[in-house]
Amino acid sequence: MPTDTPILSLAGITKRFGGTTANKAVDFDLAPGEIVGLLGENGAGKTTLMNVVFGLYRPDEGIIRIDGQPVGIATTADAIALGIGMVHQHSHAVARHTVLENLMTGLPGRKGLLDRRSALRRLTEIGDAYGLRLDPDRPVGELAVGERQRLDIIRALFRKARVLILDEPTSVLTPQESEGLFSALRALRNDKVGIVFISHKLNEVRAITDRIVVMRRGEVVADVPNDGKLTNVGLASLMCGHEPERVVRQPRQRGEARLSLRGLRLTDTRHGGAAKAPIDLDIHAGEIVGIAGVSGNGQVRLAETVAGVEAAAAGEIGLDGNIVRDPSPRRMQAHGLAYIPEDRIGAGLVGSMPVRENMVLSRYVEAPFSRRGWLDWQAILDFARRQIAAYDVRPTDPHLPVGLLSGGNQQKAIIARELAFSPRVLVIAQPTRGLDVSAIAFVHRALMNLRDEGCAIMLISDDLDEIFQLSDRIAVMYEGEIVRDTPVEEATVPTVGLAMTEGRMAGRNAA
Amino acid sequence: MRLVARPNRNSPLRDAMMPVAAVAASLLICAVLILLAGANPLTAFGIMAKAAFWGKFAAPLILSGLAALVALRTRFWNIGGEGQIIVGAMAAAWVGALTSLPTPLLIPFMLIGAALAGAALAAVPASLKTRLGVDEVVSTLMLNFIVMYLMQALLSGPWKDPVTGWTNSPSILRAAEFPVFWKGTRLHLGVLVAFLAVGVVGVIMKRTTLGLSMKIVGENPRAARHAGLDVTRVTLAAALLSGALAGLAGAGEIGGIQFQAIASISSGYGYAGIGGALLARLSAAGIIPAALFIAAITTGADEMSRQTGVPFFIADAMQGICLIAVLVAMTLSRYQIRFRTSPERRATP
Repeated sequence: MPTDTPILSLAGITKRFGGTTANKAVDFDLAPGEIVGLLGENGAGKTTLMNVVFGLYRPDEGIIRIDGQPVGIATTADAIALGIGMVHQHSHAVARHTVLENLMTGLPGRKGLLDRRSALRRLTEIGDAYGLRLDPDRPVGELAVGERQRLDIIRALFRKARVLILDEPTSVLTPQESEGLFSALRALRNDKVGIVFISHKLNEVRAITDRIVVMRRGEVVADVPNDGKLTNVGLASLMCGHEPERVVRQPRQRGEARLSLRGLRLTDTRHGGAAKAPIDLDIHAGEIVGIAGVSGNGQVRLAETVAGVEAAAAGEIGLDGNIVRDPSPRRMQAHGLAYIPEDRIGAGLVGSMPVRENMVLSRYVEAPFSRRGWLDWQAILDFARRQIAAYDVRPTDPHLPVGLLSGGNQQKAIIARELAFSPRVLVIAQPTRGLDVSAIAFVHRALMNLRDEGCAIMLISDDLDEIFQLSDRIAVMYEGEIVRDTPVEEATVPTVGLAMTEGRMAGRNAA
Repeated sequence: MRLVARPNRNSPLRDAMMPVAAVAASLLICAVLILLAGANPLTAFGIMAKAAFWGKFAAPLILSGLAALVALRTRFWNIGGEGQIIVGAMAAAWVGALTSLPTPLLIPFMLIGAALAGAALAAVPASLKTRLGVDEVVSTLMLNFIVMYLMQALLSGPWKDPVTGWTNSPSILRAAEFPVFWKGTRLHLGVLVAFLAVGVVGVIMKRTTLGLSMKIVGENPRAARHAGLDVTRVTLAAALLSGALAGLAGAGEIGGIQFQAIASISSGYGYAGIGGALLARLSAAGIIPAALFIAAITTGADEMSRQTGVPFFIADAMQGICLIAVLVAMTLSRYQIRFRTSPERRATP
């Protein structure tokens, strides 16, 4: 493969935004039938570089070659015409239209008419060749996140892409969906498609790629073959320029039960209808209980129910030994429960509003931020500035709309808000999804400190490594119930993984 | 040539200039229309400006603009301003003509009654939305027609003016007529109420927890719920406030202009207020110039057609053009225009 002419070759690409240089003289080659992992922290310039390739940005300097020929790429249409396809983290497909209609938009029709029959044939061909199957007549709005992403990949292949750029494709996928994506990528590799795989998940990058390119502060700092000798720690050090901090859990005597769930039955865990079995769970002071599970087994509903956002079908929630009657988010807050939802920008923040307002989103009705319904903007601003500094939220301007911040800084802002008043219980879902190595270490450190101060923490995560790293106890959710609950010392990845996929039966067999 | 999304979204100067540019653009287009109709645009605009200043239509437009602003901020699509103005007017007419309240209480109760009536009417679609999930665009709009025909039934039946026998309500008492501040003009108490309301709404939106709650619910109801806001109560509060403001507009028409309820008491103020709120970019202070502008077009075009012979429908055309211009400007201000360069120069140094 290395002897082939690179399908895509970048030489000396420089891209500046105002005073900052996002890409500094970057060289990058991609051979046909090669999967290259592109690693780097947020702001390292990976996405900028790929946006240059896809015609979203124009480079200030440098040359792009396709099959050895210099090309100009001024628009995405140019990029598509040259055989470049990009799959973004979030799909841009039209929700009301069907799969086939979405695939046909932008394709040349025959004599002005859409050619439905040949489009259908191509869809079947792609499904057979790469295992990328979708029902052509389903409206895109009904597709799950993973299916939408599949649609985007199929769309790129419809337009005969030979270079496929995937920007953090697995950050929205379940482990099973990721595995399906990987087998499709391997099939594409056999057909000489060149693939750029951008991700923060080092295990996946090591598993799927042939070569790994690491960027830091706009420059390529490493370009190494993935020969099986690379380690996560080694790659992470390359990405952040120093050995990454790994938060280590020190065993600690747990205190009294802070959060007690008794006979809690969740509503609508998967396809409507309440969960079959009730949940009984205690989380104690100074304890992190990790809730593992394949996504879609009711973890989100559990978090929302405990936080008072959703009502339970039955059962009781106790805080500090007192049953909370008629739970609501405000009532749970008043009892010292803080909640950090998994969907940061959809449920945790108001993206169009400044950081300042978002810092007090759950507290502005209370003193000192307001008195008798009158806001004290000075107090709010002072508080926002203090929390921004304490949690290193960047940029530091409290007047900036929070939606403009990176995912890591958005999460820091939410944590800064929710941890400001020393919660007695914290419910946090997917705390590090989509974050880079440094931000992950920051969040883990914050959670561990909070636990050491005696907070009771419910940690919901799809990332088993994270669960094992932080939890004192690991509970497994399956179809809306807790099927396994053991101290971390008694849990292993295989037993937990089995309980995740097979539920109570697996738990019983293991015990 | 193509449009490219602007990277930085917040620019106060651009936000402020946008409606100005939109208005200028629509005036330019209208000037062409007036010219085609055979009149001098400058004379026509002069007449319009003068008509706007006298503010016959500005007061109800300010109030209904504020009503729309409060509702739109909370993403409660209150298209029912028209109906809320009508019930406000009817409440004021009833208090002013048919109750035997002592004189000093008459005018305050007309205002309070009108605000309550407007709020009560707005509470109906708001409860339907929060309890049953009924789309408020449909329910508020349909209520307008129900209320309009109810009023007409009332005016041609039980409320028919006993003196003249016309389909008007009885005239309000002399003591119920709003005082006029400037003799010979229409600058009555209702205008003062409208300007005060601008201040009150501005303070509510900027300085109170209620205003912040309304904005949060409007921007992201899911985040609002997760943060512990009572979305139902906030929506209801916004609807009540919106309805009350529209109701006050009705009181002004009764107490300051018509002195009795007539079938055409609100000739589209409720709808024009939505345009006004958009033109003001949902800023309370911006409602004043926006309302004056729309009032200028409406009154001015009427006056203009009488004096210069321009057809009256140009007023409607101007209103439409102006709103489209604002909406286009709002969208375009998020983009910048780029001209495509030749392919050779693109990716090479």
